[in-house]
Amino acid sequence: MKRLRSFLSKEFMHIFRDKRSMLILFGMPVVQLLLFGYVITNEIKNANVAIYDKSKDAATKRITNALDASDFFVCRSYVHSDKEVFDVLRSGKVKMVVVFEPNFERNLVAKKRAYVQVIADATEPNIASSSVNYTSSMIGTLVNSMYGQDDVKGVVVQPRMVFNEKQENVYMFVPGTMALILMLISAMMTSITIAREKERGTMEILLVSPLNPSQIILGKVLPYFLLSFFNAIVILLISRFVFGLPMLGSYILLLAESMLFILMALSLGIFISTAAKSEQQAMFLSMFALMLPTMLLSGFIYPVENMPSWLQVVCNIMPPTWFIIIVKSIMLKGSSFAEVWKETLVIAAFTVLFIAMSIKKFKIRLE
Amino acid sequence: MAEASKIIEVDNLVKRFGSFVANDHLCFDVYQGEIFGFLGANGAGKTTAIKILCGLTSPTSGTIRVAGFDAYTQSEQIKKNIGYMSQKFSLYEDLTVYENIRFYGGIYGIPMKEIKSRSEELLRRLGLYEERNSLLAKLPLGWKQKLAFSVAIFHNPKIVFLDEPTGGVDPITRRQFWELIYEATERGITVFVTTHYMDEAEYCDRVTIMVDGKIEALDTPGNLKNTYGVKSMDDVFLKLAR
Amino acid sequence: MTALSISSIRKEFGDVVALNNVSLEVEAGELFGIIGPDGAGKTTLFRLIASLLVPTSGSIAVLQLDSVRDYKEIRKRIGYMPGKFSLYPDLTVEENLSFFASVFGTTIEQNYELIRDVYKMLEPFKNRPAGKLSGGMKQKLALSCALIHKPDLLLLDEPTTGVDAVSRKEFWEMLRKLKKHSITIVVSTPYMDEASLCDRVALVQGGEVLKVASPDAIVNSFGKPLYSLTTSNIYGAIKALRAAAGVQSAFAFGQDVHVVLQGNALASDVEQVLCDAGINQPLCRIDATIEDCFMDLMAANELETRKS
Repeated sequence: MKRLRSFLSKEFMHIFRDKRSMLILFGMPVVQLLLFGYVITNEIKNANVAIYDKSKDAATKRITNALDASDFFVCRSYVHSDKEVFDVLRSGKVKMVVVFEPNFERNLVAKKRAYVQVIADATEPNIASSSVNYTSSMIGTLVNSMYGQDDVKGVVVQPRMVFNEKQENVYMFVPGTMALILMLISAMMTSITIAREKERGTMEILLVSPLNPSQIILGKVLPYFLLSFFNAIVILLISRFVFGLPMLGSYILLLAESMLFILMALSLGIFISTAAKSEQQAMFLSMFALMLPTMLLSGFIYPVENMPSWLQVVCNIMPPTWFIIIVKSIMLKGSSFAEVWKETLVIAAFTVLFIAMSIKKFKIRLE
Repeated sequence: MAEASKIIEVDNLVKRFGSFVANDHLCFDVYQGEIFGFLGANGAGKTTAIKILCGLTSPTSGTIRVAGFDAYTQSEQIKKNIGYMSQKFSLYEDLTVYENIRFYGGIYGIPMKEIKSRSEELLRRLGLYEERNSLLAKLPLGWKQKLAFSVAIFHNPKIVFLDEPTGGVDPITRRQFWELIYEATERGITVFVTTHYMDEAEYCDRVTIMVDGKIEALDTPGNLKNTYGVKSMDDVFLKLAR
Repeated sequence: MTALSISSIRKEFGDVVALNNVSLEVEAGELFGIIGPDGAGKTTLFRLIASLLVPTSGSIAVLQLDSVRDYKEIRKRIGYMPGKFSLYPDLTVEENLSFFASVFGTTIEQNYELIRDVYKMLEPFKNRPAGKLSGGMKQKLALSCALIHKPDLLLLDEPTTGVDAVSRKEFWEMLRKLKKHSITIVVSTPYMDEASLCDRVALVQGGEVLKVASPDAIVNSFGKPLYSLTTSNIYGAIKALRAAAGVQSAFAFGQDVHVVLQGNALASDVEQVLCDAGINQPLCRIDATIEDCFMDLMAANELETRKS
């Protein structure tokens, strides 16, 4: 028993004296709890909605106000044509469009039946169906309160899922998986291989040779660039032909965007390797700085819009968030470059940033 | 070595890893109170043999008795009666000098009061009393090794196994380390040591030289030098290993 | 020509002083040894010379180029073998060699003459991954990779550490043979006996240089009366000697005890003390070895440090 006590007290000393252990033991649970609490929710919050009001009467106004007043939706804009409906959905500015038929109120009172179309962006199927359900029940409740309980009178909500009629989850997962895998191969592997060189001591020999740092980095990075690109193609092929994911946009654009993303990930990998002293450290940093955030905060599974605004800021600092938007837009909505140039710019900016930081930190000497 | 009892008895020890034979029918005995040197090139099988004697690995075949206990069935008792120290790992860098002693003392079941008194005596003898609350990482290598040895014998084991304990240490500290070993043998502790320094082989009462898993020589340094007609253990080693 | 000139180098890592006021010079074509235990600062010194670190103060001229400013030029002309044979364990012997050759813009064939003796021993293993070689073979491969571009200065950081005695001897034989190619070689080692194989050595301990001279000069400058005592009771002899008057130091040296007497002490008096302790052996006057000198210098240095 005494032996055990000695051992225990030693272990506690090790733990309290090691900063990294402390971080994992006390910091991580708090962070995880907060993240999971705020992130993992299928509830909708402040989803952007557009209204296509062909009727423009008191009833539609009341319904619109009610939707806007709720926590779930924000009635951002009005559209005035069918084309605009799809444009605004494709651009991602809104997740749902509510279309009131002409003479909505009159139809409701007279024929006791009026139609509302709810067109939802089903690239996130769960959100889409939740949105439709909330909208339906809100409209139903409101109409009942306006005109009293009447089984005969009613608003018929016609849901329509676009960009993913069958609401397949694979639509959600494939773009995210692509971001994840490319990050994994490019960033993590690059950081590990450079850190390994340092750990083994061969980096010393390379530095003392006529090779200049850019040659060393290029030599390290190029193989992973090619491999990542190859993987991107494979993922696209599999998702297209095995999962039947539609490809409405241009392949070339998608591959070009992927190459940019890979470049960004590679430069991030190099930057991580300048900070890591060993292979293990590189892996650790990659895991926690790349993998987990990518999985939780990039919109891979849980939409960014549902998170509290302070967390959304964090999400928007992450390159994968933007890449996923680009991939979904191109594949599922057929977006052209004109529609994704902003997101592309963000990724390009990250790339330049990481390259600059890496050059600054990559040492031609050992300290 | 008149009438001294055998503290280690090894008869036809074989250790196989798959088809590779690390220890090939080793036969030797170690007598109580002697300094027994275990020499050989890297990869000759020394570390494997020591691990078996310490109860850390089980042998493939052969009889092995350490401190009167059987290595197959009584390895736990063996561990209680031996001490161990190696070049690679001695003490915990992020604990202080005193914490290290207290930890190992506790592991071997020494009561707290005794740990306190004996550690004070030990630290004063080593000249480390002023540093007792310093983290081990701050001590120079030589002091760490001397402290590690003292900790290894803190619980008065019957035998202490030392695996290349003086690697890389300066020549004065090395000799001070061996003086600690001599003191330990005066207390009746048997010392089983491996080393790369051939002059340290001379300090041993008897040595064995392992080559490719087999024992090629087992005798006192003096007899070995006579047998091979050379002046130093270095030359004995060169003759056997080349 | 001075191949290497180190002037008053000081290197600090935070509040740890790794090197303090180190100065030495190496002539072209010399086989120069840096002898000292772990923690002496050998590796730090090598990294400073190889331009991998910048000194806190002081300067280093490598092949008459400044190690801080002219590092690019220096890196083209030196060969460096850091400790623990840093090679690629998953590449074969031949692949490692051709990689290092190409990094320096040359080929294995071009400088084959230089590595021929070493490579002959490696050739049977040329398709074996470097990770599967024995310690001695790895050492030879590392040496070949450092030589392959015919450097003017070769820096070898503890190439014989952790390697068996036979391979150590072979390695030093190879180094001596390299001298005829006029390559300046600077080697560090913790083994005192290897000092005698060098043209000149620097004895280093605790970040400071104790002495720089040829092995013979060091031994000859010992200057104190040194005796040797052969006995089977080493520990008893040491205890008796240290208690005796007139004995400055007594340390075990293999089967002997080396005794340094104080200036005016008489060997016969000390022999009497030993007799009384039951050790009936004579004290024989001997010449100092490098190790004796190192220990003496080290003790004097520690005394100095404690005084200040």
